[in-house]
Amino acid sequence: MIRKFLMYTLLILSALVLFFPILYAISASFMQPKEIYAGELFPSSISFDAYKEVFDSIPLLHYLMVSFIMSFMVMVGQLVISSLSAFAFSFIKFKGRDLIFFLFLSTMLIPWEATIIPNFLTILNLSWINTYQGLSFPFFALPFGIFLLRQHFLTIPQELWESAQMDGCSRFKFLIRFVIPLSKSSLSALGIYGFLTTWNQYLWPLLVTNDDTVRTVQIGLKMLIANESSSSWNMVMAAVVAILLPTLLLLFFGIKHIREGLTAGALKG
Amino acid sequence: MQGGKARKVRKSGYHNQKKLFGIGMLYLLPAFVFLGVFLFYPMFKTLYFSFFEVGGNGQVGEFVGWDHYIELTKSEEFRKSMKGTFLFVLYTVPAEIIIAFFLAVLASEKLKGIGFFRTIFASTMGVSVAAGATIFLFLFHPSLGVLNNILGMFGIDGVEWLTSSDWALFSVAMTTVWMHLGINFIILLGGIQNVPDELYESADMDGAGYWSKLFKITIPLTSPVIFFVTIIALIGAFQTFGQIDILTSGGPAGATNIIVYSIYQEAFQYGNFGFASAQAIILFLIILVVTIIQFKYGEKKVHYQ
Repeated sequence: MIRKFLMYTLLILSALVLFFPILYAISASFMQPKEIYAGELFPSSISFDAYKEVFDSIPLLHYLMVSFIMSFMVMVGQLVISSLSAFAFSFIKFKGRDLIFFLFLSTMLIPWEATIIPNFLTILNLSWINTYQGLSFPFFALPFGIFLLRQHFLTIPQELWESAQMDGCSRFKFLIRFVIPLSKSSLSALGIYGFLTTWNQYLWPLLVTNDDTVRTVQIGLKMLIANESSSSWNMVMAAVVAILLPTLLLLFFGIKHIREGLTAGALKG
Repeated sequence: MQGGKARKVRKSGYHNQKKLFGIGMLYLLPAFVFLGVFLFYPMFKTLYFSFFEVGGNGQVGEFVGWDHYIELTKSEEFRKSMKGTFLFVLYTVPAEIIIAFFLAVLASEKLKGIGFFRTIFASTMGVSVAAGATIFLFLFHPSLGVLNNILGMFGIDGVEWLTSSDWALFSVAMTTVWMHLGINFIILLGGIQNVPDELYESADMDGAGYWSKLFKITIPLTSPVIFFVTIIALIGAFQTFGQIDILTSGGPAGATNIIVYSIYQEAFQYGNFGFASAQAIILFLIILVVTIIQFKYGEKKVHYQ
């Protein structure tokens, strides 16, 4: 009994401390400027003024849409390319397969940041600055995703492929009809992971965009802070909440998939 | 007659193998193209650039050999940046793992409503670098920020979180630890939940207490996962950029100018692509060495089931 009480106390305290920054951002987004100045913890009344103001003063909806399209493109690209590669590494026994797999794995050692200079020049030379291709193409091939899916594909019995072959099923059909449906959990984990990490990207969109055409929310937020004076913190927090909402919701609904998918990868690795 | 047949079989086997290789490559082609253009090529190009004078729009100038690297060893600024980078790793990685492990142990209890707490503990995974750093920028605000207000309530003078070179790196580290707790928590929780219940049951029968179970069962059996999380956290710490850009822009006086920010500044603000490439190669080497050391020495201490 005492133990249970102690556990709940610790859980509630930790949750409060950990969630405080987000709660406070939500709280401040409903405040009036004078309440911000007074250093209040809670608004005296709920006001949506800050939201109205921020949506009026910057094209936040446009930024949100750009981020969504970019993240969706990367997610689909990663799922397709990772599935195809993982399939080759698990169901096609060709010579040199292990060597190539090792080569792919070893690229996980390369920090993406170490390659930004030539990558920036590539995008510049292709005239892909301020385009969706420029934002998303560099992230389509994800060695971690290939590895994660291969681990899952290997749990599918080879006999299934052999019997499908006898029924005249082609390789590609087998991938689409059997392997993909059997790997839903890993695919959704990878999909959510890819979407979240792309949505959260900062350095790359900063480099390859210089106007509003394909500006992402993250960079839009940076611009907002740079331009606003400290009196409009309620506005800035309203923007933060608007940006957090989609990913927090995705996380809350997808958390089970992520946990299963990621821990499977971690444990088998 | 028989020999001819055998040769035929061998020949078709060879053909089959060649065909399989072709099919395999076909499936790998998209990955090869994208990895080639955006990873292999730029990695070699970075190495190449690091031996040349390269201007801000990529025109390659004169060959300078090891000059950039020699300059790095002499540069006071780069030494400061490296010191900051290692301090940052020291501030973030152990704290991230210890706190996340504590939360994971708490959340592995089978209690009513535990799912709610798990979701809250994982929530920072859905917080982007820009949003998280912006919230902390507000919390750290010298006069309006909650942190100084709370200190004020206890009669303690406000801290210059981001404007003092003694505090700035610590403040950025604090923000980073908070942002990384979610993902570390999720992975560690998965590891703890994979420990078979029977082990705890038999420990209970032997009369083992809470702490002895934690140190003799939970920690040793989750060590592979702790090891995995440590690598991720270390590599992540070396790649930190967004929170620096929003909170301090590398300042004050270069106190938070850690390596990726330094590369960014050198390349995209000063236009020294060659010199910046040499720094990028150093970043690559550091991550390579850290990973190799970890696998060589860390793995021995890890307990696999």
